[in-house]
Amino acid sequence: MIVELGHFALILALGVAIVQSVVPMIGAHRRNAVWMASGNHAAIAQFLLVAVSFACLTHAYVTSDFSVVNVVENSHSAKPMLYKVSGVWGNHEGSMLLWVLILSVFGAAVAVFGRYLPPALKARALSIQALIGVGFYLFILLTSNPFARMIPPAPDGQDLNPLLQDPGLAFHPPFLYLGYVGFSMAFSFAIAALIEGRVDAAWARWVRPWTLAAWSCLTIGIALGSWWAYYELGWGGFWFWDPVENASFMPWLIGTALLHSCVVVEKRDTMKAWTVLLAIVAFSFSLLGTFLVRSGVLTSVHAFATDPTRGVFILAILLIVVGGSLALYAWRAPQLRSTGLFQPISREGALLLNNLLMGTAAAVVLLGTLYPLFIDALTDGQDKISVGAPFFNAVFIPLMTPMVVAMAIGPLLPWKRGDIARALKTLWLALFAALGAAMVAWMLYADRSPWGLVGAAVAAWLFVGVLTELAERIRLFRVPLADSLRRLFNLQRATWGMTMAHLGLAFAVAGITGAGAWKVESVQTMKQGDTVNVAGYEFRFDGAEQGRGPNYLLTRAKFTVSRDGDFVAVLEPEKRIYPVRQMPTTEAGIHTLLSGDLYAVIGDPKGDGFVTRIYFNPLVVWMWIGALVMLAGGLLSLSDRRYRVGAPSRSPRYAAAQPAE
Amino acid sequence: MPKHFAKEIKMKRKHKRLTFVAVALVLLGASTAMFLSAIEENITLFVSPTDVAEKKYAQDRGFRLGGLVEEGSVDRAGGKTITFSVTDLSNTVPVTYTGILPDLFREGQGVVAQGRFENGVFVADEVLAKHDENYMPPEVAEALKKSGQWQGQAK
Repeated sequence: MIVELGHFALILALGVAIVQSVVPMIGAHRRNAVWMASGNHAAIAQFLLVAVSFACLTHAYVTSDFSVVNVVENSHSAKPMLYKVSGVWGNHEGSMLLWVLILSVFGAAVAVFGRYLPPALKARALSIQALIGVGFYLFILLTSNPFARMIPPAPDGQDLNPLLQDPGLAFHPPFLYLGYVGFSMAFSFAIAALIEGRVDAAWARWVRPWTLAAWSCLTIGIALGSWWAYYELGWGGFWFWDPVENASFMPWLIGTALLHSCVVVEKRDTMKAWTVLLAIVAFSFSLLGTFLVRSGVLTSVHAFATDPTRGVFILAILLIVVGGSLALYAWRAPQLRSTGLFQPISREGALLLNNLLMGTAAAVVLLGTLYPLFIDALTDGQDKISVGAPFFNAVFIPLMTPMVVAMAIGPLLPWKRGDIARALKTLWLALFAALGAAMVAWMLYADRSPWGLVGAAVAAWLFVGVLTELAERIRLFRVPLADSLRRLFNLQRATWGMTMAHLGLAFAVAGITGAGAWKVESVQTMKQGDTVNVAGYEFRFDGAEQGRGPNYLLTRAKFTVSRDGDFVAVLEPEKRIYPVRQMPTTEAGIHTLLSGDLYAVIGDPKGDGFVTRIYFNPLVVWMWIGALVMLAGGLLSLSDRRYRVGAPSRSPRYAAAQPAE
Repeated sequence: MPKHFAKEIKMKRKHKRLTFVAVALVLLGASTAMFLSAIEENITLFVSPTDVAEKKYAQDRGFRLGGLVEEGSVDRAGGKTITFSVTDLSNTVPVTYTGILPDLFREGQGVVAQGRFENGVFVADEVLAKHDENYMPPEVAEALKKSGQWQGQAK
């Protein structure tokens, strides 16, 4: 009964979404306040209905209702509660329900928090939001119904894919979807602005927090996925440039660009059409990501069983959204007039450079990801190729290096017109830090590949560069210290947000460089008592024992790690077998040090020993720290009072006239 | 605003825009060049055991070999070096791999190995298996179809 209720609520939500996509739009056109306001009620109703629907499915999972096909296929009565709940979205149907739930959360949030939005803009944005919803409700109801029953009910479930039974991955999809779907807000506002033919500082102020929220969630979602791959797949790597990973990375790149161009629209009333285009592209990439993951058109190590008809449906949604919005853009964008002028060497110029590099990077990743499809189509299925990590590294790293270098310079340039020589002079300390870091890397690590040295140098450059900018901002050592401190505490939260996000990237670059360029790996067979030396650490194999977890059997090995005779850590990697699916998984044994991770994995038993694989992954923890710092920066910026208080002024020139920072 | 002044702003705007168009073009050119050179070096062709038997692969570079792990072919006697055979049920290729095989590596299951031929043996430096036991890599399914041994369907 509860399951049918969930299904019914979803159908009602579709009905509400259809109304919401039509009535407020017409209301905005006719300036009918009642019709426009109907969008608010519809958005909240839609959210409540989808929430009920989602709760019903969750209930089916939690109570292990094995008359529901979806529960049978993805759950098991012996599964821990956390994974019963995360199982709701650990499968295709449930994850699409999560998708529409988040879509409706964002819609309702606009309805509730958007009190000061111009009513017509709000009505139109909510209409577009509902229109996207209609597409996805239809998709779920027609091709991927999570509420389908089976008669007779199954005695027990087939269990969730054991790889997904992991705390890191339990929360990876919700955050990723919050990011993907969050860009739908920027998209809806962009389309609404195109229909209105007006983009101003107030518009940018509305779009920026949504984009920021989406970007923060996407950042943490990608980091969680990467972290999971790192400790669960046991390859010692964290990023494989796999199509599914790229699918989440491309919206992040464009979203980052959008975040920066919104600043320019808000402060300088220029780059409007470009920002609107980025908003459209960011959401298009989110849809493309969904399509790539859900359709299985690309071979991916992360690929799960897929169904082609669903792919066609998402492709149709994708084409309608992209085609429709770009057509509207071509028609209306020329009306968006910018007033702010600026020289190429200026803050605006630097932000535009960021946009160009981010856009180029996203384009390259897109081409590399889709290249196998093109070749397949061109050679009529004769040539099957794959484009792997070496390609992406060869293209992406050279593009990102100038980007990181420019990141230290950009914030030092004033708006309108800047002096690059002066900015560079300010950065003398960063230059020394970069050279120093490269020298330390040269001495410390055996591998002296040029990219490792470049990575170390740019990480240090950015780190010191960001701090230099902060010091300039508070006029450190140029005014009395107390004055500087007062300035420090009076900085706007958005400024802190930027500083932290940039620092986070510096950390992440250090971590990526360490784990990418200087990883030490050793594979061997070890018997009890054997030791192996990896990167100066002695790993002693102390044998393995059998055991059992809640819904799996395990073999747990024990390694004692020491350095120069001093005890460092005990690593306990596991090999698990999940009997329901007869599927083994690997749990790496990891001990994290700031200088790097000690990482051990066991393979198959070999006589009275085991095949073992041991890594030293230098600096890898800085990547996760970096992601967290970036997230903190995003959230801090989001809490800036300018986004919370009062009605934003519709007059762009005066809104932008506060002291440039 | 005097007319000539407005015109000047317009000129300036055009000029400024031109600068960015130039930067964008340079970036586009550079990234296209990088793309083309990198893709030339780094794509890997997918090859089936039958292709190998018919010598339809580049001898001088690595490729991906896909098919099923032949039943009974996995030999772990060499400790960390494992040998097995990849088959499309018409032809079979011997493979060696040093390291820990992925969790879902099993006899009779689909597998993709990346590496190169050395003295008649395919030396893999990477062995890929999937995250889902029902999943069959499309290329492996294709290879089986080509060799006429395809049964059932990838779920």
